[in-house]
This record gives sequence, C-alpha cells and structure tokens, in this order.
Amino acid sequence: MRIFDPHVHMTSRTTDDYRRMYDAGVRALVEPAFWLGQPRTNPGSFHDYFDGLIGWERFRASRFGIRHHCAIALNPKEANDPRCAEVLRTLPRYLAKDGVVAVGEVGFDAMTAEEEKAFAHQLSLAAEHGLPVLVHTPHRDKAAGTRRTLELVAASGIPPERVLVDHLNETTVDMVDGSGCTLGFSIYPDTKMEPERMVRILQRRGLDRVVVNSAADWGHSDPLATARTGEAMLRSGFTRDDVDRVLWRNPVEFFARSGRLLLEELAPYSGGAFAGNSILRAQHAEPDA
Amino acid sequence: MTSDTAPRDPLDDLLERVRREPKAIGVLFPAVGREVGRGPGPSGDPEGILGPTVQDEARTALVTALADALGDASPDLLAEEVGALYRFGDAEEKRAVLRSLPALPGGGAASRIAAGLLADALRGNDPRLIAAALGTPAAAALDDHAWRHGVLKCLFSDVPLDAVHGLADRADTELGRMAAGYAAEREAAGRDVPDDARRLLSLTHGETEA
Repeated sequence: MRIFDPHVHMTSRTTDDYRRMYDAGVRALVEPAFWLGQPRTNPGSFHDYFDGLIGWERFRASRFGIRHHCAIALNPKEANDPRCAEVLRTLPRYLAKDGVVAVGEVGFDAMTAEEEKAFAHQLSLAAEHGLPVLVHTPHRDKAAGTRRTLELVAASGIPPERVLVDHLNETTVDMVDGSGCTLGFSIYPDTKMEPERMVRILQRRGLDRVVVNSAADWGHSDPLATARTGEAMLRSGFTRDDVDRVLWRNPVEFFARSGRLLLEELAPYSGGAFAGNSILRAQHAEPDA
Repeated sequence: MTSDTAPRDPLDDLLERVRREPKAIGVLFPAVGREVGRGPGPSGDPEGILGPTVQDEARTALVTALADALGDASPDLLAEEVGALYRFGDAEEKRAVLRSLPALPGGGAASRIAAGLLADALRGNDPRLIAAALGTPAAAALDDHAWRHGVLKCLFSDVPLDAVHGLADRADTELGRMAAGYAAEREAAGRDVPDDARRLLSLTHGETEA
C-alpha cells in the first residue's frame, strides 16, 4: 500500500510517527498551515512556523524516506486577530516556493466578516500564483459554512478541480460533490470520519475526486488513519488498485496541478539507514544509538 | 543546466527582470529551480554540500544582478533585500544566499550582514547550511570561536571537512584541542573516531592516534 497523506500536521508529531508512517506505506504528504493550539499574536510567529514547514519539517521527513510538501495560508481562526492579519502581506514570498503545493488551510471557523475577507483575499492569491486551494470546513455550523465556502469559490473564478474542500462528512458530501471540487475526508477519532463510514461513502458515490487524510495533529488523532481506511476498503471488497487510487493517485493528481510536487526525489529508507546517502546516514542513525 | 547553447536562457529572463524591477527578486529567487533547472554543480553533489548546485549558481547570478541594479547608491537596500531572501528562504534558498555572499560588494552594508547570516546557519542542524556557511571565503566574517564551533559541528552533522573553505590555513591549536576532546569522548563511549576527526588532529599537529 503506497500512501500520500494530503493533510497531516507533522510539526505536532514525533519521529516515531514518521517511522510508523513509513512502515505503513506513507511516502509523501502535505502539511497545511494551521493553528497550533496556542494562539499566535504576531506575523513573526507565522513566519517562523512557515519556515519550519518549508525547512526543518521537510528535512526531518526526508530522513524517514517521506516527501514533505506544505500548503501556506493565514488560517481562518487566526484571521480574526488583527495583530496576525498582516501576515497576508508576506504570503507571496512563500507561495513562490518549491514544495508549496497549495494555499491552505483557508475557509471558515466561526464564519465572521474577518474570516470571509481573509478567505477571499487568499483565493485571489491562489489564482495569482497558479496554486490549488485547500479549504477547511468548520466544526460548528458545518453545512452553512460549507455552502458559503462553495459560493466564495464559485465567485473567485478558480476552476473547481483546483479546490479541495476538506473535513467532509455524510451531511456535506453531496453539496461539495455537485460543485466539482475535490472531496477531502479526515479520518479522525471522535470528531470527524471513521474508516468504516468512509467505506460506506465510497461504496455509495465511487472513488472519483475523493481523497482521504489523517489530519493528525496535536489532538487525539492517528497518523495511520489513512492506512486503516485502506485496510477497511480491502475488507469490504475494494481492490488494491481502488485503494491505490484513493490513497495515492487521487491526491497526487490534485496536488500535481500546482506543478510543485517533489515526488521524483524520494529517498529509500530501510530500518534506520539511508541506502546511498552518506550525508544523512550518520545523523539519522543517532537516535538509534 | 544553464546551457550556453540554448537560444534563450531562462536565467537571462530572470536576470533581466531583476535589473528592471529589483523588488521582484523576492518571488523570482524561490522559482529558480522550476525556471532554470536543478542538479549538481561542478562538485557533483546534488545536496550542495561539497559545492554550489545549478540553482545556487543561478541564484548567485540573481544576487549579483540585484547588487548591480541597486548600485553603490543603495547599500542599505541591498542589505535589506539579501537579508529578506535569507530570512524568508527555504533551506535551498538560504544555502544559495550563503554561497552568494562573496559576490556582494566588499565593505558595503550587505557584506556587514554576512556574519549574522552565517551565525544563523550554524545555529541550526541542517548540513546543507552548515556546509555553505563554512564553504566560501565569506566565512572570514566569523570570529575564530564561532568558526571552530562550526568546524566541530561538521563532525557531528556528517558534513565532510572537504566542504570547509580554507580549513588547513585556519585550523589552529585550539581547534586541535577541541578535536582531541571529541575523539576522546568517542573512544570512551566505544565508538569509532571518524577519519575527518583524525584529519583535524593531524592538521593541528595534535595526536593522530586518538
């Protein structure tokens, strides 16, 4: 099973997670910029975070044989803090970078005017930089937030095939399906989807335009939720090719529209040592010593 | 590759834009890999540890074009923009800025920011940045203490000492003392003493049989 996790916050995870993800088949991922649990209070705090996404985290993932990409944005929750909104001015520098494969997570949290303004502005930045968009749909009042999201996407002029609307569930799937956007499902304990429910949605509407992610972060979450979903698909009669389509080909097809995927440089990883990469071998071996 | 035979070199287009609109370097500098190409430079090392990559060379050309465009009249602007390229750069861009430092006009504001950028690179654990910080004549801006710690850090982060510019000229007895301590610590733990540690010891006339 090869897995592309299109939404996982590795900044909040350990090296053990990277090992387990590699062992489960994860070879590439996208880490969208989001809230860290503790609210930020200034643009510099975002810059350091973005630097981590394009810098240290990408490097750290590469030591475990996983290609790390990211999406960059001012997230909806912090778009409400006027001290943070200034970060919108420096986004273009980050949106020009290799490995930045989308603008995201954008969207709504509490559906305020400030959130809508930041969302619309970042949709225009995505159009300007030729990047896909990763949209977070809210926990509270999800159906209304998703509906307004689709209106803003339509108004932006960005083709729906360049927009991934995420964190969908049984109540929002059909609405987004009709829009032509890519459908994202987060397999996340307690608050989002579960593998068996995901399988039922796939059985009902098919595999086209569907991506599945773990959305693992600092909360109660599981970075192997993608693999668990693949296993549930196989148990339910889906073929290995079906699983490959949902867990690899669909997300690759979506993010390849950025022209910035870095999949060609995948480094082999085998139980703690990089074959043929003497530069990283000793550093990687350190935690085992 | 930046081919001489290509009818229209994409790098020339980027250089032309920077000369015309210096501020554009902020979004052109990150795009070099996509626009110009990627790959190992003359050193043959695709990670850019042993020498500049194709992207590093193209980005150095952009920094040179920026310096030309801003001219002697705006040394502060040049320093500000080069600092921003580093500040907002990913690891590859940061490496390129470090490798471009010798191309900046000497004695100007830009060369005065060099020490700060080198210190930042040596503070982290990314071997590409450690190597680039020590890999050009710009490392002269580091004081001896910082430079020795940088060289010693190479042993810890598996940066080959071949990546360090002017190692034989600058290695001193204090660095030899530090290398001997490192070798003793490795031996006490029952670990190998890397060849590069022995090389440092011999360069500084310390014990070669650590």
